[in-house]
Amino acid sequence: MAAGAPLLEVHDVRKTFRAAKEVITAVSDVSFTVPAGAITGLLGPDGAGKTTLMRLCAGLLLPDSGRVVALGFDSRQAAYRIQQSVGYMPQRFGLYEDLTVQENLDLFADLNGVARALRPARYADLLRLTGLGPFGKRLARDLSGGMKQKLGLACTLVRPPRLLVLDEPTVGVDPISRRELWAIVSDLVSGSGTGILVSTAYLDEAERCQNVLLVHRGKVLDQGPPGDFRARMAGRSFFATGAGASGRAIQASLAGHGEFVDAVVQRDGVRVVLRPDAPMPVLPGIAFTPVPPRFEDAFVERLREAAPGPAGAMASMVPAQGGPQDGSPEVMIEVHDLRRLFGSFEAVRGISFRVHRGQIFGLLGANGAGKTTTFRMLCGLLPPSSGTLTVAGVDVRSAAAAARARMGYMSQKFSLYGDLSVAQNLAFFSAAYGLRGARRAQRLRWAAEVFELDPFWDINTTELALGFKQRLALACALIHEPRILFLDEPTSGVDPLARREFWGRINALAEQGVTIMVTTHFMEEAEYCDELVLMSLGSILAAGPPAQIRARAKTEAMPDPTMDDAFIALIAAHEAQTRRAS
Amino acid sequence: MGWYGRVRALVMKEFLALLRSKASRTVLIVPPLVQLIVFSFAATFNLQHVPVVIYDQDQGGASRELIARFAGSRYFSIEKMLASSQHIARMISDKEALLAIRIGPRFSQDLALHRSARVAVLVDGRNSNTALVALGDVNAVIQSFDNRWAATHGWHAAPAVLVERAWFNPDLRSRWFIVPGIVGLLTLVVALLVTGLSVAREREAGTFDQLLVTPLAPWEILVGKAFPGFLIGTLEATLIILVAVFGFGVPFVGSIWALYLGLLLFLLAAIGVGLAISSASATQQQGLLGVFLFMVPAVILSGFATPIANMPRAVQYLTYLNPLRYFLIILRGVFLEGDGIAILWTQYVPLIFIGLVTMTIATFLFRHRLT
Amino acid sequence: MNGERLLALMRKEMLQIVRDPSSIAIAFVMPLFLLLLFGYGVSLDARHVPIALVASHPTPQTSAFFAGFQGSPYFNPRLYPDMPLARRALMGRDVDGIVWLRADFSRGTLQGAAAPVSVIVNGVNANNARIIEGYVQGVWASWLATQAQRRGSPLILPVDVRSRVWFNPALRSHDYLVPGLIAVIMTLIGALLTALVVAREWERGTMEALMASPATMAEILVGKLIPYFLLGMGGMGITLVLAMGLFSVPLVGSFWVLVLCSALFLMTALGMGLLISTIAKNQFVAGMIALVATYLPAFILSGFIFDIHSMPWPIRAVTHLIAARYFVSILQTLFLAGDVWPVIARNSGALVLIAAFFLALVARISRKRLD
Repeated sequence: MAAGAPLLEVHDVRKTFRAAKEVITAVSDVSFTVPAGAITGLLGPDGAGKTTLMRLCAGLLLPDSGRVVALGFDSRQAAYRIQQSVGYMPQRFGLYEDLTVQENLDLFADLNGVARALRPARYADLLRLTGLGPFGKRLARDLSGGMKQKLGLACTLVRPPRLLVLDEPTVGVDPISRRELWAIVSDLVSGSGTGILVSTAYLDEAERCQNVLLVHRGKVLDQGPPGDFRARMAGRSFFATGAGASGRAIQASLAGHGEFVDAVVQRDGVRVVLRPDAPMPVLPGIAFTPVPPRFEDAFVERLREAAPGPAGAMASMVPAQGGPQDGSPEVMIEVHDLRRLFGSFEAVRGISFRVHRGQIFGLLGANGAGKTTTFRMLCGLLPPSSGTLTVAGVDVRSAAAAARARMGYMSQKFSLYGDLSVAQNLAFFSAAYGLRGARRAQRLRWAAEVFELDPFWDINTTELALGFKQRLALACALIHEPRILFLDEPTSGVDPLARREFWGRINALAEQGVTIMVTTHFMEEAEYCDELVLMSLGSILAAGPPAQIRARAKTEAMPDPTMDDAFIALIAAHEAQTRRAS
Repeated sequence: MGWYGRVRALVMKEFLALLRSKASRTVLIVPPLVQLIVFSFAATFNLQHVPVVIYDQDQGGASRELIARFAGSRYFSIEKMLASSQHIARMISDKEALLAIRIGPRFSQDLALHRSARVAVLVDGRNSNTALVALGDVNAVIQSFDNRWAATHGWHAAPAVLVERAWFNPDLRSRWFIVPGIVGLLTLVVALLVTGLSVAREREAGTFDQLLVTPLAPWEILVGKAFPGFLIGTLEATLIILVAVFGFGVPFVGSIWALYLGLLLFLLAAIGVGLAISSASATQQQGLLGVFLFMVPAVILSGFATPIANMPRAVQYLTYLNPLRYFLIILRGVFLEGDGIAILWTQYVPLIFIGLVTMTIATFLFRHRLT
Repeated sequence: MNGERLLALMRKEMLQIVRDPSSIAIAFVMPLFLLLLFGYGVSLDARHVPIALVASHPTPQTSAFFAGFQGSPYFNPRLYPDMPLARRALMGRDVDGIVWLRADFSRGTLQGAAAPVSVIVNGVNANNARIIEGYVQGVWASWLATQAQRRGSPLILPVDVRSRVWFNPALRSHDYLVPGLIAVIMTLIGALLTALVVAREWERGTMEALMASPATMAEILVGKLIPYFLLGMGGMGITLVLAMGLFSVPLVGSFWVLVLCSALFLMTALGMGLLISTIAKNQFVAGMIALVATYLPAFILSGFIFDIHSMPWPIRAVTHLIAARYFVSILQTLFLAGDVWPVIARNSGALVLIAAFFLALVARISRKRLD
C-alpha cells in the first residue's frame, strides 16, 4: 500500500437484505474514502444505512456489488484480515458485563495479540485517557453509560489500529462523557495519524470532523468538509428575538411562514434559517440578528430537500378539547424531600421541586445522577423510601390509579408491543385508559391524522423506523388526553429532523395547558424547557429557567456559555466538591 | 363497568401477542400434538417382541410344544435357537437377547414319568422393571402350558388356583394408564409456555412499565394475562383428549363435567404457578430456569410414571404441593374408573387452594418485585 | 488456532461462569436437586401395597392363607367382612387390590379340588397392577408349598421353572433407574448450559465485538465448549459420586471407561445446546426449543423407563436420534454388568457420530459475518 493512499476505499457499494418476502436496499451506489490522520464523519437520519455501511467497512458484511478495500485488503477476499487489523466499535459495544474493567481490557489485548511487554504502558495510556484508572476492579455492569462507552473504546484501542471505525459512540451518553470521548479520538488523530470513520446523531459533533458524508436512504447525499457545508449557508442564519416574548412564543409566531427552512428555540430567542433567495419577512416585534451558520443548518436543509415533508410539523397539531381552563390545580407536580435507597446506596437524596400547569419541566443530569429513579417514582413505578409526591393534586402513594388516569408516559425505549400492528397498539392503550365508543373512535382517528400514521396502520411496530416508533409511542401516551405527560429521554437516538418535529408537538401541547416533564441528554433541548432541574449524585444542583442556569456558569473565560458549557461546568464543580468532601 | 373494557382490551392484546407471530403459533400447537403421539406410542410398560434365545437340550415332543407356545406369543420374538450353552452368557451381556431359556435334557422324559421337568430362565436384570415384566410373561406362558399338560395328561390339580381380574383395565394395558397422564403433562407444558415468560418478556421490553402507568389495577392485569392461558389450555387439552379417546382408544367412562371442572381448576393452578414464576423473574432467562425447576420435579412427583405410594414418606408429603398430582388422579379417575364430581372433590379443593395462593403471589409481584 | 487467543476466550468464559450464579446453579445445584428428587421420587418397586382381604366364610384354612400376606413386606393387608365393603374400598382408592376367598374355599382345599381364589386389582396403573399380581402369586406359591409339606406329599407341577436374574439379582429398580437418571440429568444440564450462551452473546451485542476481533470462529466456539465441558464434567462427577454414595448403586465396570463415555455424551449434549443457540440467536426461542427438545424426549425415548424394543418401529427409529438412548445403555451396562465391550463400543460409536454431527453443523452455520 502506497504511503499517503487512503486507508479505506469504498467503491460503488450496494447491499440488500431479505426481510420476509421483500428485498430491502440498505445501501446503494456509495463511494468514499477515509484518509489517514483525519476524522471522517457519517451523518444521516435513522434508517439511512449508517450501521450497515460501518459493518461493511469492518468486514462483517460483504457487499452485493462494488468493493470495500480497508488497509489494502478487499473484504471479499480477505474479510478476516480486515477484522484482524481494523479497530471497530459497534453501536452497542459488547462489553462483558460480568467482567471487570481490567479483565475486559485483558481479554481484548489477548484476542488482538498485544505483546505482554507493551501492555503496562498501553494500559496506563488508555486508563489515563479514559479516566477509568480508579475503576480497574469494578465490574463493567456497574459502570455508568458514559464509562461503558469509554471502556468500549479503550478495548477497541488496546492495539492501536491504523483505521478506526466507530458506530455512534456517543449515543445515550451525557455531555461530559461525550466531550471526553471526543478528546480521546482527537488525540489519536493528531498523535498517531490514525484514520477514523465515525457515525453520529449529534450534529455539533460533525464540526469536529475533517470530512463529512451525509447519508440518506442508503445513498450519499453530499460530502465535503463541514466548513463547505457552512459556507453554503452564509448569510441565511439569524437569531430572532422579541421584547419580553419567550423563545417558544416567537417560534409559534414564525410557524406559518414558509420563508424559513428551520426554526429552533435557543436561549431567549429562535434560531432561524432562511430559504435560499427568500426575502426576510417583516414581523412586528421580532428582531433578526445575523449569526454565523452551523453545520446543522445545512444538514436540515439538505434533508428537507431530499424528503419534503409537511411544511411545519407544529402546524398539524389539532387543538385538544378542554384546553387550559379546566379545573386542574395550578401546581401539577409537587415533590417534597423525596428519597430513595437501594440497599445502603442513596440514589435520590431528599429532593424537592414543583411543576406548574402548562410548563415544560426538564430533568437533567449526567448518567447515574438519579434522574431515572426520580422519574420512575413520579410515574408511580417505584415507591419512594420517604418524602411526599403529589401528581395532579393526588398523592401517588395512596391514590395511584386516579393519578395514573391523568398522566401519559413515554419511556426511552419507546415501549410498544412489537408483534402488534400500529392500530392494535393504539386500540389497546385507548381501551386500557378506559376510552369507549364514539370517543375512542374519535381519538384513534385523531392519532392517525395528527401523527400521520395512516400508511403504517396495519404494520407490526417492530418494523417501524425509530422516528415512527417514537411518534406512535407519543400517540399512545396522549390517546387519553392526559393532563401531565412524562417523557423519559424521548429523543434518544432519533435524528435531528424527527427531533424538531417532536418538539413542535410538545410545544403545542404545552400551549394547550398540558404539563410536561422530560429528561434529556441533548442540552439544546433543555432550551425548550420553562424550568430545569439539574441533578448530580442524587441531589439537585441547580433549578430555574434555562437562562438562569446558564448565567450561573458565566465566567471571565466564558462570557456567554451554552447550556452544554453550563452543564459541564456546574457538574464538574459539584462532583469535585463532593469527592473532596467525602 | 370501566374494568370490563380494560380487561377485554388486555385479553385481546395477549391473544394477538401470542398468535400473530408464526414462530410462537407453531411452538404452541405443533410440539404438544407431536409429543402426544410419539410419547403415547413410546410410553408403555407392556413388553412386545422381547428378544429371546432358546437352548433346547431335550429336542423332544414336549419341549417342541413348549417352544411353540413361546413362538406363538406376541410378547417374545425368538432370536436364535442355540445348539450349545457357550454363547448364552455373551448374548445376554451384549444385549442381543434379553432372555435365555434352557430346556433340560430330560424334559420330555420327566414329563412322561409325571415328574417335574426342569426349565432354566436367565434374564438380563439391567432394567429391573423390564426383567420383572418379562419374567411374568414367561411364567404366564409356562402356566398355560402347565394347565394344558395337566388337563390332558391326568395330573393332580393344585389345591387352590388364582383367578386374577383387573378392574378398569382388564388387559392391564399400560397405555391406558400412560395416555391420560400425557394429557396432564402436555396441558402443564402448554400452560407454562403461555404464561411462564409472559411477564418477564414484557419487563425486558419495557412494556410492562407502560402497562403499570395505565389505570389497570393489578388484578385486571392478572385476569388479562391468565385468560388466554385458560382458553388455549382448554382448547389444546380438548384436542389432546379427543386424540386420546379416538386415536388411542382409551376408554372414557366417567363424567365429562368432572373432567372439565378438573381441567379448569388445574389450569387455574398451573397458570398461577406460571405467572408467579414469570413475575418474579427480571429476565426471560430467569423465567426459563424457573419453569424448568418447576416442571421437572412436577413431572417426577406427579405419579405419571412411578406411583406416589412407592415414594418415601417425606417425598410423598412434597407431592401434595404439586398440582399435576391432583390432575392425574382426576384424569385417570374420569377416563378409566368412571368417577364423578362427588368422588373427586378432594382433588378439586387443593387445586383451588394452589391456584389462589400462586395468583395472589403473582399479583403482588407485578408491582413489588425488588429491583 | 491461536493458543493465546483461545486461552483468553476460555478465561473470559470461566470468569463469566464464576460471576453468574445461574450457570453454577445449573451445573452443580440442579444435578444435586434432581438426583435427590429422582433418586427418592422414582421407584417402581411397590412396598406396603394396601390390599383388602375378604373371607366369605372365615375358617382356620382362610386364616392360614391370609397369614402369608400379613408377614409380607410388600403388603399392608386389611380385613374386610364382605365383598361390597371391599369393593367400595377399591373404588375409593383405599386399597389397590382385593383377595377374596369364597365360602367353599376351606371345603375345596380339604378335598383336594382346585378352589378358586379371586384376585382383583385396580388396573388403572397397569404396571403397578402387574407387580401386585406377581406378589400375590408369590404368596400363593409359598402357601401351596407349605400345604403340600404338611400333607407329606410334595406338590408337583409339570414344569419347574428356575429363573435367575443376571446383573441385578434383587431386581432393585434403583440400581437401574439411578444410572439412567444420570443421562437424563446430563442432557438437561448440557443443553441448558450451552443453549443460552451463544444466544446471549448475540443479544448483548458481545458477538459483534468478538467478530470484529482477530479471533476466528473456531476459537470462539472451542473457547465456549471447553469451559462448559469442564463445568459439565464437574456436575457429572457430583452426580456419579451421589449415585454411588447415597444410593449405593454398585459400579461393576471400570471407572475410567465410565468417565470416558460420560465425556463423549457430554459432548453430544453441549453440541446440541450450541446448535440450538446458534440457530436461535435469541434467548427466548433458544429456551423454548431447549424446553421442548431435551427433557421429555430424554425421559421417555431413551429406554430409561420405557423399553425400546416394545415401541412401534417408527418410534424406535426416532429413538436412534436421541443421544441419551446410547448413554443409558452404556450406563446400565457399566454399572450393573461391567465392561461389556461390544455394548460399549457400539453405543459410544453412536455417541461419537452424534457429537461430530452436531459440532460439524455448528461450525458450518457459524460464519464470521453478520448476514
